[in-house]
Amino acid sequence: MGEDIQLMKGNEAIAEAAIRFGVDAYFGYPITPQSEIIEYLAYEDPYNKRTGMVVIQAESEIAAINMVYGAAACGKKAMTSSSSPGISLKQEAISYMVGAELPGLIVNVVRGGPGLGTIQPSQADYFQSVKGGGHGDYNMIVLAPSTVQEQYDHVGLGFELAFKYRNPVMILSDGAIGQMMEKVTLTPQLPRENKILDWATTGKTPDRERNYITSLYLDPEVQENHNIKLQAKFQRMKDTEVRYEEIMTDDAEYIIVAYGISARISQTVITMARKNGIKLGLLRPITLFPFPSKRLFELSDSLKGILCVEMSAGQMIEDVELAVRCKIPVYHYGRMGGGVTSSTEVFEKFVSLFLK
Amino acid sequence: MSDIETYKKELLAQGAKKIFTKTKNLTDTPFSYCGGCGHGVVHRLIMEVVEELNITHDTIGIAPVGCTAIAYEFMNIDMQQAAHGRAPALATGIKRTMPDKYVFTYQGDGDLAAIGTGETIHACNRGENIAIFFVNNGIYGMTGGQMAPTTLPGMVSSTSPYGRNMDTHGYPLSLTELVAKLPGTYYVTRQSVHTPANVRKCKKAIQTAFENQKLNKGLSFVEIVSNCNSGWKMTPVESNKWMEENMFRSYPLGDIKLPQ
Amino acid sequence: MAKARGFVEFNTEACKGCELCVKACPFDVLDMNHLVNGKGYHFSYMKNYDQCTGCASCAMVCPDVVITVYKVK
Repeated sequence: MGEDIQLMKGNEAIAEAAIRFGVDAYFGYPITPQSEIIEYLAYEDPYNKRTGMVVIQAESEIAAINMVYGAAACGKKAMTSSSSPGISLKQEAISYMVGAELPGLIVNVVRGGPGLGTIQPSQADYFQSVKGGGHGDYNMIVLAPSTVQEQYDHVGLGFELAFKYRNPVMILSDGAIGQMMEKVTLTPQLPRENKILDWATTGKTPDRERNYITSLYLDPEVQENHNIKLQAKFQRMKDTEVRYEEIMTDDAEYIIVAYGISARISQTVITMARKNGIKLGLLRPITLFPFPSKRLFELSDSLKGILCVEMSAGQMIEDVELAVRCKIPVYHYGRMGGGVTSSTEVFEKFVSLFLK
Repeated sequence: MSDIETYKKELLAQGAKKIFTKTKNLTDTPFSYCGGCGHGVVHRLIMEVVEELNITHDTIGIAPVGCTAIAYEFMNIDMQQAAHGRAPALATGIKRTMPDKYVFTYQGDGDLAAIGTGETIHACNRGENIAIFFVNNGIYGMTGGQMAPTTLPGMVSSTSPYGRNMDTHGYPLSLTELVAKLPGTYYVTRQSVHTPANVRKCKKAIQTAFENQKLNKGLSFVEIVSNCNSGWKMTPVESNKWMEENMFRSYPLGDIKLPQ
Repeated sequence: MAKARGFVEFNTEACKGCELCVKACPFDVLDMNHLVNGKGYHFSYMKNYDQCTGCASCAMVCPDVVITVYKVK
């Protein structure tokens, strides 16, 4: 049997992946540029026609993420998706999910801001995603797909990591990847698991104590210990889950650090540079939290400089600067508010910053 | 041996049987609520009904934000703690992915009728097959007696120190009458727990709300008008009297929507 | 018909002295003790114990579920 390859939009790939990876429930609310996710799921009607996966259009982004909370607390694979303004609304519940140690997947197909902003693609939600967008000390694993295939794959990976750590995971996509069409190799349908997890609220049976899911510990000593436990978990993520891709970094004198759509644009910049005899490479973080700081520090010994390309005013650059500890110059180039950089623009900026 | 102990012995010898004691569905942790607060009675009734219907192993409850945020410390069943006002959304997530379970939310008037208005109305409107237990005491108890959406006209609270003025504060909001109009609700009733007779009626209503979940015909909504003697700054006995004379006028007891 | 007879027992340490049981008793059986429990609350007790019918009215309204009721059937 041949491979199951289809031409799909990035948003559709997320929706199809949700069904194929045996997700139990999707709760969403329409917002451009990601409404194809819920539309695709509504059309496929997996509850009746495929896997029994629940799909609900909630009354708000807030309700949607709280439905995720409820299902996740029963040990279900539950997810939601939105775009920047909607993700802002979800931050309260994301903080609660981390506090209550609940797994779940949140997809952010980022658009330009601040405020209602624009429906055009952007990468300006980096800080919100990787630094813990809600209240309290917390992090979650943030996956940054740069192809439609990765949009698909990260749904499976996201749930794997979410349940491994009992922590929400975010896919930080953008309007460009969400909307563009590419071929996707689809994986075979996995069954929904219906596992009874020992911590989940599935009804107290006589053979165990009650399970309760909460982020509330009024005693400051207990709350502090809970925080220490969470921080240890985030440290384990940093030790184990860093993912990145390197292109032509072996002999590189300079590298671009970019994720998502900016990494795609930067690949062309690498090709342009190499044609001009410039030893330029690319490091593409696949996990934005945990960040590939260690690898960047190692690389910085043999580099003359780093250009961060992001569609923002410069957010990830702060993590890059921290990673290389001021050993080499680090510059930012990016557009804001829905503006998409061209590879020529980036190349010219690189030359003017480092080679003139 | 004292007279009373002798008397008890005598009755036991005559076959006196234990006819009422604390249900095993309540933990040994003493309630954190103020003396005389109705929450304790409502907790007990819900847990007794769950025990009597033999659905403990199939019941999932949701604690709100407010005085009962730690209801899971007292209810010996599987529970989730919700963000302020979001309990009906959690309940939706549970019930849709585990439709054979009995799911209830326990919410106060600030949680349900202010910050959670949207979640409440839409869970009702979708006809989620769950039970909502709404304890209305007309005030924010936990945060220290501020004005609630259900605070009565003229009623003094820490944020309406000169009495609730409808010109500036708006009118008391009764979500119970509102949700009764929605086709998604199956059973809507208003009860109280301030007298033995009312307690028994309220327990029946709670039982109906659980039993309805077997029918899959929509949401059961039970409001319990209750007291907040700390917030109202009265003794428990006075607060129950004040509740009868004032709260029941705005929030009359009785069934509002019965199954057709 | 002979009057029903019963008695109640209190988990005195859990009583918060709200007096709702005293008010609810139809036979004036209960009263507040002048002593206080470990938490500093006056607690309820059976003053006129031989008047108790085991009707459980007190237990119905007790917010802290401190009352256990016995009855001769």
